Amino acid sequence: MNYFILAYRNLKKKGIRSYLTLLGICIGILAVVSLITLSNGLKTAVSSQFGVSSTELITVEGAGNGFGPPGTGQVTPLTQRDLEEIEKLSSVKAAVGRVIVAGRLEFNNKAIFGYATNIPSGDDREILYQQIEAKTIVGRLLEDGDSGKVLLGYNFYVDKVGLDREVVPGNTVNIQGRDFEVVGIVEKKGSFIFDNIVFMNERDVESLYGPIEEWDFIAVLPRDKEEIDKTKEDIEKLLRRLRDVKVGEEDFTVSTPEASLKQVNSILNAITIFIVIVASISILVGAIGIINTMTTSVLERRKEIGIMKAIGATNHQIFMQFFIESGVLGLIGGAIGVIFGVILGISGISGINALLGAEVQPQISFYLIFFALLGSFLIGAFAGILPAMRAAKQNPVEALRG
Amino acid sequence: MKKEIDPNKTVIHLSNVAKYYEMGENVVKAVDDISIDIQRGDFVAVMGPSGSGKSTAMNLVGSLDMPTKGHIFLDGEDISLLNESELAQVRGKNIGFIFQQFNLIPTLTVFENVVLPMTLQGVPQYEREEKAERILHRLDLWERRGHYPNQISGGQQQRVAIARALANDPEVILADEPTGNLDTKTGLKVMDFLTELNKEGRTIVFVTHSPELAKKYAHTIYWLKDGKIERVTKERKK
Repeated sequence: MNYFILAYRNLKKKGIRSYLTLLGICIGILAVVSLITLSNGLKTAVSSQFGVSSTELITVEGAGNGFGPPGTGQVTPLTQRDLEEIEKLSSVKAAVGRVIVAGRLEFNNKAIFGYATNIPSGDDREILYQQIEAKTIVGRLLEDGDSGKVLLGYNFYVDKVGLDREVVPGNTVNIQGRDFEVVGIVEKKGSFIFDNIVFMNERDVESLYGPIEEWDFIAVLPRDKEEIDKTKEDIEKLLRRLRDVKVGEEDFTVSTPEASLKQVNSILNAITIFIVIVASISILVGAIGIINTMTTSVLERRKEIGIMKAIGATNHQIFMQFFIESGVLGLIGGAIGVIFGVILGISGISGINALLGAEVQPQISFYLIFFALLGSFLIGAFAGILPAMRAAKQNPVEALRG
Repeated sequence: MKKEIDPNKTVIHLSNVAKYYEMGENVVKAVDDISIDIQRGDFVAVMGPSGSGKSTAMNLVGSLDMPTKGHIFLDGEDISLLNESELAQVRGKNIGFIFQQFNLIPTLTVFENVVLPMTLQGVPQYEREEKAERILHRLDLWERRGHYPNQISGGQQQRVAIARALANDPEVILADEPTGNLDTKTGLKVMDFLTELNKEGRTIVFVTHSPELAKKYAHTIYWLKDGKIERVTKERKK
């Protein structure tokens, strides 16, 4: 028999009133656990939205980042000249111009609207495939010389695009009034954009939409990936000169995946800080609740304290009994919080998956659970210090009187 | 009235002890300058009407309370000089308490209540459980070991209290009106058991307001009135 058993026995007979005071700790721990579970999942989900696991690709877009005066945020498309000049930079290994076009696709007597993107030819094709880690789940990738052929995103294969039938290699789909033969399906990327897109060779894009004169974005592979930031600066310098704009007034954006991730993370961190503040407040309220419960408990159990002292309990032993009991009280609140926090975190991730078409596996960190439980025990124990001291200081004779 | 105290004969000695309480402006002299000698193996009754200070005297004898004046010796050691935790240790080891209200811990079973004083003294688990079993068998409570105090009768509860008092094998057992909450028959059983313990050599001190009970069981009776010892009588026992 030790303090924990004594605590368990005493807590077992506590009324619902005492447990209601645990709500604070419970909500605090719930917020922390669900938030951390969720934000880990969210980070993974967001990273996968970039569709590239490679962190070495720089993206150049023909629009400012919107921080300038109103009206300056308009899109100034990237030209073929921009692309060629970027490619000439010594710190650039390759630059691939990309377009995304919207169009109508028919199959199985259904029509949907979606997006198609170009696949360049030659070495650029290989670089692009490498960078987006393009692999087919069935069929093959597009090759140079393929004409009237398309490669489709994963969702076409599993009937998630609204065609009411799976599309497999060998099928013919009609895009913007022209028939295309499906040669392959790209592996699942967990990204809404990549999984729903139609890939076609550049010439086919041009045959449908006319010659490509402007790029939606340019994907740049730096010569040395350690020097990615320098490459980024080089491109910015070049484009400022080509487009005749000053620093801070750029009508283009050069971004690295790392920087984009940083941006996402900084938003997530802001949310985290907010929720941590909310959680701290509710834990504080919870701690005050525990102080209140334990103080009441000391008053209610004065006689018991007197008995304990009469049969030889030292002040330290009485203190420990109430201290541990208070800690266990916090632990119970924390455990309930952890359970609901994990449930909330997992359902939150399912929600993100459904929303973004991602497939993030919720990761339950056992460190997180361990420290959440340890933390709630310590909060409870800490809140119990004053009441426990009060219990320990009871005069035995007066306490026995009840 | 100083006299030589022989620690071989005297277990507890109260030397000119007083206990005052402040009640607003008044000072209540609950116990006023009393000296008590409790001899090893004696069966002592502290008698007196309510308000005579007998419970206070009992608490002082049991080192539950500290005197306002005077000194208390337990086994020749001045316990007035100990701090509260040392006092608790001394109490737990040397004195077994039995109360009128039984005063068992309601959240613990019969068995756990008996084990508790040994736990507080740091007795190893195996030893304390074995001992609790032995004591519970002796008090015919083994069958009730898993029950909680509110599940057994008053008489049984008082037997559990006696079992608990015996846990650390104290030489002195202090009983404050041990039969006060029991019917006559059950009360006598409790007193008979205390007599049995006395015959084993334990010192018994009990507080009562019943002269019959005191005279029937005690060897030495302290008659208290208004916080002072009125007289001390010796009863002849066969």
